[in-house]
Amino acid sequence: MIDLIKKDPDISHYKDIWVFVEQTDGKAEHVSFELLTKARELASQRNCHVAAVSVGESVSHLAEDVFKYGAEKFYIIEDEVLKDYRTEPYRDAVSELVVKYKPEIFLIGATTQGRDLSGTVATVLRTGLTADTTKQDIDPETGFLWMTRPTFGGSLMATIFCPKHRPQMSTVRPGVFKAIPLDTQTNGEIIKEKIDFSEEDIVKKILKKVISSEGNVNLGFFDVIVSGGKGIGNKENFNMLRELADLLGGTWAGSRKAVELGYIPQTRQVGQTGQTVHPKLYIACGISGAIQHLVGMQTSEIIIAINTDKDAPIFNVSTYCIVEDALKFVPKLIEQLKSMQSIRRAL
Amino acid sequence: MSNLKYDVIVVGAGPAGLAAATVLAKAGVKVIVIERGRFAGSKNVMGGVFYSDCMKGIIDDFPGKAPVERHIIDQRIWLLDNNSFVGFNHKNELFNKKPYNCHTVFRAKFDNWFAKQAADAGALIITRTLAKEAIIENNRIVGITTGRPDGDIKADCVIIADGVNSLLAKSLGFRKEIKRESVALAVKEVIGLDEKIINDRFNVKSGEGVTIEVTGSFFNGEAMAFIYTNKKSISLGVGMVVEDLVKNKINPNDLLESFKAHPSVAPLINGGETKEYLAHLIPEGGYKEMPKLIGNGVMVVGDAAMMVDAIHREGSNLAVTSGKLAAETYIEAAKAGDFSKKSLSLYEEKLKESFVMKDLKKYKGVPALLQHNKRLLQQYPKILNNAAFEILNVNGVSKHDKEKLLWKNMKQQIGVSNLIRDLFKLWRNVG
Amino acid sequence: MHALVFIKQVPDASQVRVNYETGTLIREGVPAILNPFEVHAVEEAVKIRQKFGGKVTILTMGPPQAADALKECLSRGADKGYLLSDRIFAGSDTLATSYALYEGAKKIIELEGEVDFFFAGKQAIDGDTAQTGPGIATRFNVPLVTYLIKLDEINLEEKYVIATRLTEFGQETLKVPIPVFFTVEESLNTLSHSPLPWLIKAAQSKIEILSGENVDLDKNQCGLKNSPTIVKKAFTPEKKQRGATLTGTFDEVVNQAAEKVAPFLNDAL
Ligand SMILES: Cc1cc2nc3c(=O)[nH]c(=O)nc-3n(C[C@H](O)[C@H](O)[C@H](O)COP(=O)(O)OP(=O)(O)OC[C@H]3O[C@@H](n4cnc5c(N)ncnc54)[C@H](O)[C@@H]3O)c2cc1C
Ligand SMILES: Cc1cc2nc3c(=O)[nH]c(=O)nc-3n(C[C@H](O)[C@H](O)[C@H](O)COP(=O)(O)OP(=O)(O)OC[C@H]3O[C@@H](n4cnc5c(N)ncnc54)[C@H](O)[C@@H]3O)c2cc1C
Ligand SMILES: Nc1ncnc2c1ncn2[C@@H]1O[C@H](COP(=O)(O)O)[C@@H](O)[C@H]1O
Repeated sequence: MIDLIKKDPDISHYKDIWVFVEQTDGKAEHVSFELLTKARELASQRNCHVAAVSVGESVSHLAEDVFKYGAEKFYIIEDEVLKDYRTEPYRDAVSELVVKYKPEIFLIGATTQGRDLSGTVATVLRTGLTADTTKQDIDPETGFLWMTRPTFGGSLMATIFCPKHRPQMSTVRPGVFKAIPLDTQTNGEIIKEKIDFSEEDIVKKILKKVISSEGNVNLGFFDVIVSGGKGIGNKENFNMLRELADLLGGTWAGSRKAVELGYIPQTRQVGQTGQTVHPKLYIACGISGAIQHLVGMQTSEIIIAINTDKDAPIFNVSTYCIVEDALKFVPKLIEQLKSMQSIRRAL
Repeated sequence: MSNLKYDVIVVGAGPAGLAAATVLAKAGVKVIVIERGRFAGSKNVMGGVFYSDCMKGIIDDFPGKAPVERHIIDQRIWLLDNNSFVGFNHKNELFNKKPYNCHTVFRAKFDNWFAKQAADAGALIITRTLAKEAIIENNRIVGITTGRPDGDIKADCVIIADGVNSLLAKSLGFRKEIKRESVALAVKEVIGLDEKIINDRFNVKSGEGVTIEVTGSFFNGEAMAFIYTNKKSISLGVGMVVEDLVKNKINPNDLLESFKAHPSVAPLINGGETKEYLAHLIPEGGYKEMPKLIGNGVMVVGDAAMMVDAIHREGSNLAVTSGKLAAETYIEAAKAGDFSKKSLSLYEEKLKESFVMKDLKKYKGVPALLQHNKRLLQQYPKILNNAAFEILNVNGVSKHDKEKLLWKNMKQQIGVSNLIRDLFKLWRNVG
Repeated sequence: MHALVFIKQVPDASQVRVNYETGTLIREGVPAILNPFEVHAVEEAVKIRQKFGGKVTILTMGPPQAADALKECLSRGADKGYLLSDRIFAGSDTLATSYALYEGAKKIIELEGEVDFFFAGKQAIDGDTAQTGPGIATRFNVPLVTYLIKLDEINLEEKYVIATRLTEFGQETLKVPIPVFFTVEESLNTLSHSPLPWLIKAAQSKIEILSGENVDLDKNQCGLKNSPTIVKKAFTPEKKQRGATLTGTFDEVVNQAAEKVAPFLNDAL
């Protein structure tokens, strides 16, 4: 682990805004570009520069995209040891760069990996970390970063800042900010660092990786989620929700009751004890809208609910309310969408 | 087989069970309390006014640190018609003297606190565990089974305090399935409001409380309703005999909503926010529906024994008292080492001498009376409201003529002989 | 085998209501519960003990009432509960919390022996930060396995475990030496019904209280004053309004719905 003696305690020495560029098998996560876009806006208020940081076996090829989204510098560490994400070597590599180059603000995507990494890096750096922020502003007076995040499962918002420690770290949920590339392609500078890693020193070994389209997904990754509850009636009926999700380029999920009844795996549960999602479109079919479910999805941009009960609480957070039998409605909707799709393709 | 053995098993951590457990533990008896809820009180519901007197001999210096809301200094009764009510109230500075007569309480907090007192006295409180059946050997009860692995418990004596639905009393054949006309379903809401607003609306100071008991023709059936003040909220509810709900196809939630919307009620809760919604059964059968209270190695206390005084909406104090008496009976019986039905009949004796049986007996006719005589809760309140309006509304008709008219209406609607009969019955049953 | 589980008592978030007028949470009457993820952490630790012997110790930092949550863990089969409770910890953010718990855990190691398995929940349902576990693991410098969904193999002789965790796109199986730190998902196990004697033992047991004095503390890392993050303000999000109800015949409603979702139609073949 990094030696903290090396960390500079004088906060005035910390400058610029950094974004962690998360990658899997050399492919960058979209949230990283969302954060770079946001970082540009913050940097213009703060009058500073935007930089990206990434570590992995080979990441320099990401430079083009990283610069396209506004980074002026790209700090990287490349090493075989960093091929797959593992907490400890990633933690050490990222912390090393931060200690050496002293960013003032450090943003990380609140993905599974980002949450794992940020908690350890912040502890190594002995600085504050605000998780899952949904809003960021620079205080015009102090120049501090104001980070706003939901707590109590979304019932309460808190604005948090970190006045005396640097960098000011926060994770941001995917989909909160938009990714917009620069109009003109600019070139930045790549700064490569090295750490003396040796595989023998890394105690954690990855035996197997399973990429699954079925059970385990990060629902936060999708723009469209078609979700079902007890009202869907059985496991087979979920197939129509999958079909609808496929049509809309999204994925499927459900309520805890749907999990308990064995309709869907727990890994697809939305809500307080499942995943929190903010897709652009959330379609809730046969879900009553218990508070534990609502806290996991009520910040979705558009919510369409289909429920036979006109007073179901889910309607209180819905953009469009459809009082119908989902089992009759969804097949019709699929039919209709398919015909729209074929017309579009024909045109 | 399990080898868990105690002197006494108490089933149910409500007021009845906890009173019994506290008294037993203080006397050094090895007592275990089995409660199905996540904690004592977690699922328990009450209006709720808790009377202090019954805690004598159980918790010294009650209320002390007990979580009580307001002590009641003003008790009101309303006879409600569609747009109006006739009411009377009794407010008395004497109720501001310690020890206070009664307090509003939240059962979730109150029972939890009571359980801690019992535990401090030495009782073992086991939550999240369902008592299932009595274990019977040689025609006497020697323990219970629970819903857990290795869950059998043995004891000299079992005190059944599992409330209105009493699984155990039923499984022992002590009582039959409750009749629909002997039990009321109560629905209740807790509505959050500023302390100062409550003080203003009910004309009391902080700490002082008001109860309003409501009945009348408004409910279109024999419903009772209540409005009680807590520190920063109002408890309000409606109860109706299940038989009537079913017969008249009434949805209790609708009943509660229309009660809340009544022009005399709405201003009291205006601007408040519903914090809790609860539903629970109240045994209303009273004395006549009481089950067998004792058997070899077993006593039944509280709601499980149908000990509710429906007229005065008292239950928790009867529960506490019966629990205490059962505990005292055990302590006596233990001296002789005899827990047979005969020995435990002391419990029945004690109950008879206490206010519990006296009150229950006194009002034993009331539930049936109300059930069978629609006039008492339907027509009289209407007539009274009407009369009050006529008398108070100044419209040029002389008071004398008004009274004559009212009396005529009354005679037409009810008939003189009915009126006399009703008054007589009521006097015999309640007075 | 010695497992140490970090648990938190939280307000049952499902029962917390918002007062939109004052912009505050109504927490009155809201019961405190054991954070749902930790229930599974305790279950797993107890399962390991049943298989290999040893003991399960629980640690929480919180007010005196948090003892109730510890008792629940004991009734689920844990052996001993420690409550780290002191005003000096009040207002800690996650960095200060992980520091306090780290020092508390060191004390427990002193009293109860070396730890093989550290467990924490994936996240607490009140704060939802998911940082405390990783923070403690980092301070101990033991390997961290977050989002644990399965313990495939435990080998105490050769001192390693094979564990499966959730990742962004699926799952991965890791081989990690002991001691190891897990944060767990609910799907890790299904809860079993504790035998009655466990509940009785729990009700009779005493919770050990650790105050700031009992623990070797650097006071400059504790509590609100020494927490790097500061809550500037808390407010309630705007209340959502019920949206439009789509009306008309069944087919008309289908058409309207199709219009609304059409922009998302997948055009790729
Ligand atoms: C500590 C705790 C944590 C929890 N965490 C979560 C969580 O993370 N996520 C979660 O979802 N829940 C969670 N819950 C459970 C939650 O309280 C609810 O029980 C659950 O969300 C209800 O699921 P549901 O809406 O599918 O089922 P129900 O509430 O039973 O609702 C089914 C709905 O389907 C409708 N319906 C029936 N048939 C049809 C039809 N043919 N067409 C259309 N509509 C129909 C009905 O009108 C009803 O509204 C948690 C609970 C607790 C205590
Ligand atoms: C709406 C309403 C308003 C009321 N208002 C008042 C009032 O203002 N004043 C008043 O004095 N009384 C009032 N009462 C009556 C009062 O609540 C009861 O009489 C009193 O609670 C009875 O106490 P108990 O201990 O006998 O039963 P309960 O309080 O019902 O306790 C029984 C306990 O046993 C547990 N239990 C049940 N079955 C099992 C099992 N199989 N295994 C383990 N545990 C079990 C339950 O979880 C519960 O904790 C009211 C009742 C209601 C419903
Ligand atoms: N005060 C605490 N005491 C013990 N464990 C805690 C405490 N706070 C958090 N934890 C543990 O850390 C996990 C993550 O919490 P959080 O970072 O608050 O989301 C929880 O699920 C607990 O296992």
